[in-house]
Amino acid sequence: MKDFAALFTRVDQTTKTTVKVAAMADYFRTASDADKLWTVALFSGRRPKRVITTTALREWAAERAGLPLWLFEECYPIVGDLAETISLFLPPSEGHEDRPLSHWINELKRLSSLDDTARRAGILQAWDSLPQIERFLFTKLLTGGFRIGVSQKLMTRALARATDQDEAVLTHKLMGNWTPDTTTWAALIEADDPTADLSRPYPFYLAYGLENLDELGPTTNWFIDRKWDGIRGQLILRGGEHHLWSRGEELMTDRFPELAQLKDYLPDGTVIDGEILAFQNETPLSFNALQKRIGRKTVPKKVLAEAPVILMAYDLLETGGVDIRAQALETRRNHLENLLESTPTKAPIRLSPEVTGDTWGALAAERARSRDLNAEGLMLKRRDSPYLAGRKKGDWWKWKIDPLTVDAVMIYAQAGSGRRANLFTDFTFAVKNGNDLVPFTKAYSGLTDAEFRQITQWVKRNTQERFGPVRQVPAEHVFEIAFEGIQASPRHKSGIALRFPRMLRWRQDKPVDEINTLDDLQQMLKTYG
Amino acid sequence: MTDLLTFTPNGIYCAAGDFYIDPWRPVDRALITHGHADHARPDMGHYLATEAAAPVMRHRLGDISLDTVKYGETLTRNGVSISYHPAGHVPGSAQIRLEHKGEVWVCSGDYKTVDDGLSEPFEPVPCHAFITESTFGLPVFNWTPQEMLAQQINDWWATNAANGTFSLLGCYALGKAQRLLRTVDPSIGPILTHGAIENTNQILRGQGIALPDTTLVTPDLDVKANAGALVLATPSALNSSWAGRFKPASTAFASGWMALRGVRRRRAADRGFIVSDHADWAGLNSAIAATGADRIFVTHGYTSVFSKWLNEQGYNAKIVETQFDGESLDHTEAD
Repeated sequence: MKDFAALFTRVDQTTKTTVKVAAMADYFRTASDADKLWTVALFSGRRPKRVITTTALREWAAERAGLPLWLFEECYPIVGDLAETISLFLPPSEGHEDRPLSHWINELKRLSSLDDTARRAGILQAWDSLPQIERFLFTKLLTGGFRIGVSQKLMTRALARATDQDEAVLTHKLMGNWTPDTTTWAALIEADDPTADLSRPYPFYLAYGLENLDELGPTTNWFIDRKWDGIRGQLILRGGEHHLWSRGEELMTDRFPELAQLKDYLPDGTVIDGEILAFQNETPLSFNALQKRIGRKTVPKKVLAEAPVILMAYDLLETGGVDIRAQALETRRNHLENLLESTPTKAPIRLSPEVTGDTWGALAAERARSRDLNAEGLMLKRRDSPYLAGRKKGDWWKWKIDPLTVDAVMIYAQAGSGRRANLFTDFTFAVKNGNDLVPFTKAYSGLTDAEFRQITQWVKRNTQERFGPVRQVPAEHVFEIAFEGIQASPRHKSGIALRFPRMLRWRQDKPVDEINTLDDLQQMLKTYG
Repeated sequence: MTDLLTFTPNGIYCAAGDFYIDPWRPVDRALITHGHADHARPDMGHYLATEAAAPVMRHRLGDISLDTVKYGETLTRNGVSISYHPAGHVPGSAQIRLEHKGEVWVCSGDYKTVDDGLSEPFEPVPCHAFITESTFGLPVFNWTPQEMLAQQINDWWATNAANGTFSLLGCYALGKAQRLLRTVDPSIGPILTHGAIENTNQILRGQGIALPDTTLVTPDLDVKANAGALVLATPSALNSSWAGRFKPASTAFASGWMALRGVRRRRAADRGFIVSDHADWAGLNSAIAATGADRIFVTHGYTSVFSKWLNEQGYNAKIVETQFDGESLDHTEAD
């Protein structure tokens, strides 16, 4: 895999996207079909199944290095990446082996069928025979998430360039649940018709957060509806089957079995973009209700009854088997309204109602009602906008409500991973309860790199106690914590759990005495939970 | 018997000789291992350092009361023998050896065991008790050999120069910058320097250390005429508007931390060259073994991990809290 290692090195040694795309395109022009297919799979989140536990890998790496396992465990949080830790921890490589990427992936498959002793021998053999970078990449294949500084979007752009295809068409071709074992380079990339696979979804169109209301012009140019607080989903009805895809390209069909009946109410050749919501008495339930259904592969009757779901439909991408994404939103919306007009109330689908207002002021008042309606704000979509692929600026905006906030004090800190390795970025926060501090949430994001560096210096100098990678620090620094929702949680000491907590700002002006209390949180739980 | 050196709120203290080593609070008598700002601090009553460390200290600390000593020369104070031995960290850096009533202690300051072609090479000094740093005291830190390093940096610069691209390299002003100057091939193109680095260059040239020609970056510098130049700057300057004038540019950092991909990606640098003036894992272990000491005091760095490791290897190792920084990318030593 010298060529793959060379690609990695070129991509890794630059921060410029043009250089990364050029390197990827060169690789796609020269590599073998099998290697190219695996490369596309890896860069679109389709990693090979993990065959060996990370525990075993850590032990074998320590044995090979002749160093104690505890020393490995100390290094891991500092390096921030398991594969990298292993490749640095092992004795420097003297290997020269050069076999294709697909060979090593097949080797992984072969090892998965063997017993532990044989696996160990196989892995050690690979570590010894591979040069340093190849060893790191091979171990990365072993340990999971293959992210090396190239997004799926960049990879697709490079692929478009190398194969002389339109980027949006390629994005569409790469959707769905293919793996290199179920398809070929020719079928996936070179074949002309992306809808040949009936389950294949369209790329989702993603909105940016609203930047400047004043630039939007008259309200009449915009179609506006609620930003629903559920799970984005694409429902596909084709060939008598139905498929439900998440934005993360996960197939969710079995998790929401009640949507199967939509086959009876809607014609074949229909693809709808919408939000899956827990829904009762014509009202969306809070996200907390839906959460009970997330992560469940099968749904017991009780849960089905407690949190029934519907699809809140807001866009139509295909009708009569025809891709209509290039048509104006208004036109697509008319088709969608016609389609849903005759569906009975018992069908688990609703049309996302239009929110109207003559002025942006009136719409701001509508937006302010969001939390009461279990919505997150408003969606603003240009009436003449086509349905684009991916996150694009200009035609679609999300106008979210302000988050809930509390002031809390940091009590524990832990180093991050990846590009945040060796930097304290993961903090635990507490509120006051009488004279005690009660931890209630963790947060990882929201500060600038400079602020993280500053707090890291402070944590290093003010560690009171260590619990593995976690440092206890004096309760001195106050942060404003923002979050989107709050719910009761018996699993947490504080009795509450937050949704999307993050640091809004570092309140260096605020003394610890003035942070919020557990009572304040319980009050919020009553109001918003 | 009390220990020859103790660890006090002012710094590392020798009661028998009544002096401190690299103290962080003002004291009467300070023995200084080297000129970096976390070891040579202002406001001491009197300083003692090597001859080669003195010019930089005078430049940084102003009009100080400073005596100098040659490597290997022995002074005696209140019955304590004092001598300075090369630490290989930066020019003039020393390990300080103390002997009193047959007991030998060595305070190593910052050190590295590989010969960087610039600093006086590290010499192991046998002792009973050894004070060591642990900035890179984990087995994931293994430095690139000097020849390979030279090739990596020169290849990078030559490729950029051929495209008319500036090569911006971030490094410490004292030690690292001059080591890199002696590592690169000056025939590739012009070398430009940030003020903090050029100041130190001038001092070291003044004491007879040969460095290739460099040009100080000033507001009226003809940037275009220097396209493809190597630009040496402190890490903080590299992230500031100062660096904005060099376009197009490829950026790189030269630091031991570049061994970690995550750190390099966080700095948003194109390249990271793994080069440090501190010892790597193998260097620390070999240096400690070579002293023959059984008592080891571990200062700045991965103190808890490294001392635990040393204890498992049969040493009597203890952690010592100090105010030394080691090598940091996140704040440049003051200059």
